[in-house]
Amino acid sequence: MAPLLQLRGISKFFPGVKALEGVELTLRPGRVTALIGENGAGKSTLVKILTGIYQPDAGEILIEGRKVHFDTPEAAQRARITAIHQETVLFDELSVAENIYLGHAPKNRFGLVNWAAIRARSMALLHSLDAPIKATMLLKNLSIAQRHLVAIARALSVDSNVVIMDEPTAALSHKEVEDLFRILARLKASGKAILFISHKFEELHRVADDYVVFRDGRTIGAGRMADATHGELVHMMVGREVDQVFPKAPATIGAAILSVKGYSHPTEFDNISFDLRKGEILGVYGLVGAGRSELCQSLFGMTHPSAGSVAIDGTFVSIRSAADAIKAGLVYVPEERGRHGAVLAMPIVENVTLGSLGAVSQRGFIRAAEEFKLARHYAQRFDLRASSLSQPVGTLSGGNQQKVVIGKWLATKPKVIFLDEPTKGIDIGSKSAVHAFMSELAGQGLAVLMISSELPEILGMADRVLVMKEGRMAGFFDREGLTAETLVQAATGNMGALR
Amino acid sequence: MDTPENTGPDELPRRFGPIASLVRRELLLVGAVLVLLALIAIRFPAFVTPANLASVFNDTSILIIMALGQAAVIITRSIDLSVAANVALTGMTVALLNAHVPELPLLLLVALAFLQGLVLGAVNGFLVWKVGIPSIVVTLGTLTIYRGLAFVLSGGAWINSFQFSAGFLGVPRAEFLHLPLLSWLAVAVVAATTLVFDRTSIGRAWFAVGGNPTAAVYAGIDAGRTRFLAFCFSGLLSGLCGYLWVSRYAVAYVDVASGFELDVIAACVIGGVSIAGGIGSVGGTVLGALFLGIIKNALPVVNVSPFAQMAISGAIIIAAVTLNTRAERKGGRIILRPQVAAIPAE
Ligand SMILES: Nc1ncnc2c1ncn2[C@@H]1O[C@H](COP(=O)(O)OP(=O)(O)OP(=O)(O)O)[C@@H](O)[C@H]1O
Ligand SMILES: [Mg+2]
Repeated sequence: MAPLLQLRGISKFFPGVKALEGVELTLRPGRVTALIGENGAGKSTLVKILTGIYQPDAGEILIEGRKVHFDTPEAAQRARITAIHQETVLFDELSVAENIYLGHAPKNRFGLVNWAAIRARSMALLHSLDAPIKATMLLKNLSIAQRHLVAIARALSVDSNVVIMDEPTAALSHKEVEDLFRILARLKASGKAILFISHKFEELHRVADDYVVFRDGRTIGAGRMADATHGELVHMMVGREVDQVFPKAPATIGAAILSVKGYSHPTEFDNISFDLRKGEILGVYGLVGAGRSELCQSLFGMTHPSAGSVAIDGTFVSIRSAADAIKAGLVYVPEERGRHGAVLAMPIVENVTLGSLGAVSQRGFIRAAEEFKLARHYAQRFDLRASSLSQPVGTLSGGNQQKVVIGKWLATKPKVIFLDEPTKGIDIGSKSAVHAFMSELAGQGLAVLMISSELPEILGMADRVLVMKEGRMAGFFDREGLTAETLVQAATGNMGALR
Repeated sequence: MDTPENTGPDELPRRFGPIASLVRRELLLVGAVLVLLALIAIRFPAFVTPANLASVFNDTSILIIMALGQAAVIITRSIDLSVAANVALTGMTVALLNAHVPELPLLLLVALAFLQGLVLGAVNGFLVWKVGIPSIVVTLGTLTIYRGLAFVLSGGAWINSFQFSAGFLGVPRAEFLHLPLLSWLAVAVVAATTLVFDRTSIGRAWFAVGGNPTAAVYAGIDAGRTRFLAFCFSGLLSGLCGYLWVSRYAVAYVDVASGFELDVIAACVIGGVSIAGGIGSVGGTVLGALFLGIIKNALPVVNVSPFAQMAISGAIIIAAVTLNTRAERKGGRIILRPQVAAIPAE
């Protein structure tokens, strides 16, 4: 089949970083190409070049054999390329429909925006995604997964020949992922060329026809997915063998550190009770929208409960703000790093030490040497890829930003840590580093609560699993003999299990 | 490619602002200032004699001090329009006290200026923090209130040079190592602010709250209190300038420093402080103030009419800001900043 889109020798340099160096990529109509690479390998940079956000420093882009230049995002759109970006940029104060059609709104015959068409088409799009979102809702009232669905709808709202998806499933749970895959199959059947980026190999093996592997900004290999084994792909991507992921080491589980009883919120969750014990990893599983993040945010003092009690080390505490929580030894690593986690304009060091300035200060003054020492410790621990620790976090790749955020919270030396999708967007090599570290923390007597939508992660890492469904507890399971089916069934109820 | 390695502090350049790329921008500003001086020197070599440059610096000292206070506020994604009114009110207070009770020691008056400035700043900060009014609205209100109070205090009367005590007028002019005390004060404030911005948790909090308020809250930083303290800082420095202004011009009246808040904000913006918050540095702000100070001092020398002077400095400000945003974009910062120039009440 003739290639639809071809990249030849594309390079892109940033101050101090060669993000891409002579990469090659071919997309064919009706085929899904997986783009595989570690955090910082240059995947998102390539997406930005293909969508006219960045201009390459060298190389050429060919569409159906003709050379093209994308000076602006509009030029890429005119060339019928659309993308779901890793960091979705949407507008909080606009409605869902406006967000979907902003910039390419259908016009009526007077050249005015055709609102009726916008609403109708948005509704149809959302319906095809099976998304429980109304087109008239304001974006700021949506959860992360819902925002992501809106971003997907936005990308699909323009009729394109090339569809690029940069980690579209990172923010989604099981059910939405299935919906997305159905749409993917449909796009494929209608002859679109699709570029699919993900760190989840199960998905790649399922949906992709071809693969391309990037390492440190270069093309390392390409071929048919069917011809490559998982091990070969990982080896190409990382350049070494990766230890088994999910290695929760056995730890002695002690007394309860955090006890939550009858914890309720007027709208988000109801009557949640659990004990979190020393040395334990408690997994919290559920569909997106089950109220897991909301529960943790409330325990962390961001919202106030309507009923229930919280005790730490046996004494009841009232946590009214994040500062209270941190003082009580409880931290929350939020899922949405862009909005809640990192200060993008700040350098890496300052982000890492933001929650623990006391530890690096002396007589009220921050000591640069201490600060760098702390930051460097976590940077090495998680294999952070950056040109220097003074680099603003906003210029890091998505997965590397996540590593900075995790480092920031671990630097506060907590007793209890809530991790909300800790390995979201993190490549397979660093993922095993994060898992090893979690297990080490538990070994040191920390109590870890881990929200995760990834079943293998939950099954591999958690000592016990709390399942939530629509804001309520839907089950509590021990690690022994636990299967994925049990968890999915509990999380979805009967209806969901049919899907 | 050479794999980006984890770099340690040893290999990193020392930096003065919290953002490494700012250093590059500061160099650009230094260049701009030098070019400006060179252009002036072509026609008026006397302008660039050390003595004249020292006097230009002295003339810009008040602007430098106030711009640093304003920078703290702008970095937290707020704005303080009441700084000049604070100068007028505080200046009037100390002037009246000095004129009517000349035996009060100068140190007490200065302490009082600091204190009153702080209180006026705290009022702004409190309204932004606890009442949740956007800072632009709050300070637009207090701007008129503070000037109104200056009128109430003075009854509209002027206090002229002969009414002040010798010390009141003389101390900031006293020379020390060839520079007047006023200039040394500016130097001291620059040093202190550098320390606050780069080496204290409150300074760090200002940048965090301006850069990403939500993330700051998640990190256990009280965004409201942080902004409150930025307004206090700005008020404190404005209060000091209240005394310095009256002493320098040897006159106090209601309209003292009228419109000066715009110069102060312009100095910040020229110096690379981002109105969207989270970005800025002491070095940049000082250079911004100096740039403006040189223009203001040079234009009258060139014999331009006052009105044309205003237009010219306006045009130069826009040019400088354009240059700055260009530099920022080249640095490859985040492409789509979600809220540009938003000054939320939060
Ligand atoms: N605006 C920028 N300025 C400087 N460096 C940048 C910028 N954008 C990206 N980089 C660097 O380019 C490299 C590639 O980043 P990119 O975002 O393409 O990685 P990625 O493969 O998408 O990783 P991830 O899996 O973490 O999303 C990284 O080292 C990153 O730090
Ligand atoms: Mg990426």
